Amino acid sequence: MVVQRRSRVENIPVYSRSDVENLIAANNEPDWLRDHRLAAWETYENTPMPGREEEWRRTDYSHIRWADASSVVTPNGAVAADVPQKNLEPLIGDKQGGLLVFVDGKLVHNEVADELVSQGIIFKDLRTAVSEDPEIVREFLMTQAVKPTDGKFAALNGALWDHGILLYVPKNKVAELPLHAVIYNTQSGGHLAHVLVVVEENAQATVQVDYASADSETQSSYIGATELIVGDAANLRYVALQEWNRQTYEFSHQRAMVGESANLDWVIGNMGTRLTKAFIEVDIVGSGANGRVSGFFFADKNQFFDLDTQQNHNAPLTTSDLLFKGAAKDQARTLWQGMIKSLPQMQKIDGYQVCRNLVLSHEARMDSIPGLEIEADDVMCSHAATFGTLEEELLFYLMARGIPRPEAQLMVIDGFFDELLQRIPFERVRERLHAEIEAKILG
Amino acid sequence: MAVELQIRNLHAHVEGDDQPILRGVNLTIRQGEIHALMGPNGSGKSTLANVLMGNPTYEVTEGEVLLDGENMLDMEADERSRAGLFLAFQYPVSIPGVTLANFLRHALNARLKEEDPDSKGMPIPKFARLLRDKMNLLGIDHSFAGRYLNEGFSGGEKKRAEVLQMATLEPKISVLDETDSGLDIDALRIVAEGVNKLTGPNMGALVITHYQRMLNYVKPDYVHVMFAGQIVESGGPELALQLEENGYDWIREKYAVAQS
Repeated sequence: MVVQRRSRVENIPVYSRSDVENLIAANNEPDWLRDHRLAAWETYENTPMPGREEEWRRTDYSHIRWADASSVVTPNGAVAADVPQKNLEPLIGDKQGGLLVFVDGKLVHNEVADELVSQGIIFKDLRTAVSEDPEIVREFLMTQAVKPTDGKFAALNGALWDHGILLYVPKNKVAELPLHAVIYNTQSGGHLAHVLVVVEENAQATVQVDYASADSETQSSYIGATELIVGDAANLRYVALQEWNRQTYEFSHQRAMVGESANLDWVIGNMGTRLTKAFIEVDIVGSGANGRVSGFFFADKNQFFDLDTQQNHNAPLTTSDLLFKGAAKDQARTLWQGMIKSLPQMQKIDGYQVCRNLVLSHEARMDSIPGLEIEADDVMCSHAATFGTLEEELLFYLMARGIPRPEAQLMVIDGFFDELLQRIPFERVRERLHAEIEAKILG
Repeated sequence: MAVELQIRNLHAHVEGDDQPILRGVNLTIRQGEIHALMGPNGSGKSTLANVLMGNPTYEVTEGEVLLDGENMLDMEADERSRAGLFLAFQYPVSIPGVTLANFLRHALNARLKEEDPDSKGMPIPKFARLLRDKMNLLGIDHSFAGRYLNEGFSGGEKKRAEVLQMATLEPKISVLDETDSGLDIDALRIVAEGVNKLTGPNMGALVITHYQRMLNYVKPDYVHVMFAGQIVESGGPELALQLEENGYDWIREKYAVAQS
């Protein structure tokens, strides 16, 4: 008789403190960063895996195999040419302010226009910035926007991010040309990137970050952090497009701080992954500030997207405007949980949030949970969630003009997203996304 | 030879509701002819328009619809359109995110692809010229083309957009379903002028209207009266004037018995 012994290995990320120490040593990182990483690791270790909390309880990620999804990725010589051309094309015209390309965590392409460099605008690999611009990184990295204490995965990112982007625009400077970064992975395993954007007082920038990875049979995780710090009277247009492969599990914390009379225009696209759990927050911290957050998502097959948005009005006379539009087909599931919060005495605020859902199959499920927590009385806040299907009446109208049914369906769905895509300031990118939406519809 | 739309003994009801709405409609419309179809509310005029175009909300239980000898009832709406049938909707729906120009380009290209499956469609500059010419013909502002289809259009703009679509697609037979409804007299005149520019030897029209006033502008060759799902009277333009004067009561009285 054979006695089977089953060892019970807990299904958690396989990182350890020595991974943090090895990373610090390998990059020869300064003490302040070392302390920061180790403190984040402590937080990580002391925080249980999320699951039962309100914002997690609808998100079942137990099917992740952390042994694969958090295995260490070592660059294997892949270069920028391995990245799909559509991700590398200039956003506008034939010239951009800069292009950073990472493959498997390694910076493989790095160009920044001279006119930006000469203005003191910094656009570079965050690791390089640690040694070249330590005072900036030290001042802003996880000190204001995303903090290790925001959650288990925020802490993990703080301890172990190993590539990322710093965009720094000094006071009164304007990055006229758009900046573009591509984070691409050819290998599966654990990926941890950190994006830090600081636009100082009265400065201005437009940035797009693409996330994508090659198809794989093996699971990956993406533990991400994005920090957008928009100074007083500054202006930031930020576009983030996520197209990870379908074996990727994303857990990300993204937060913007918008200063006095500043303006943020943030567009988020979520197309890839097996599962996405993203916390997307805007803190309106200065009076007269305005934050606009636009999100589109399209889930198919077995995808599950859970997008948590929060608009925090921490100053009076502020506005925030959030519009998410999503579709789900096949057996996909999506969830949007939104919240507008205001502190007491924050009068004259105007907050708006709406999520519009297009349900494309009987088996797909889409949920939207809007919420308000307003402690002031002189405010205008509204929220809404809508659900619709492809209306036969619309299809008949298009078909009555000779357009075949499949094409009519495509046009209606594409039209549904167009309002959102129009908020992306790059025509080429809009066209690319329309094509990707169509591929999902037909796929 | 002129193309004919032949409607023979057409019976139809709303899908899922057995109550018949069309109860044996017979009508033949040839290219170059203008037919007016009048009748009281609820007589089945709009149902006829929708059934002809293939609206899946309705089910045909009996009869035939032939365009140029081809059976339309076996075709989906898009095939009927490409075969040369057009419906100007009474209530055009708005389609967010789809511009009028993009929509019409797809509609034209669907025709080209039917003729030649390898067709890449009409080159965009050629299409732009075509659309501009049609807008000029109808006196429509060029900005119309870039607007989302019917989204935020006034009643008059919607109807003009329908006429623009008709002008661009050049159907053989057009059904205009109460194109005059909801229009003030100025808008009505503009829309009617457009219709008049498009009718001619190459297009036959079935102008459905409740009131005579549209027919002051669009002169019919034939006038038909529909009641309780059948065409009960047919005549020349004088029939429309008679209805204008006497209303529909005499129709109801004359045919109510037949209905019961």
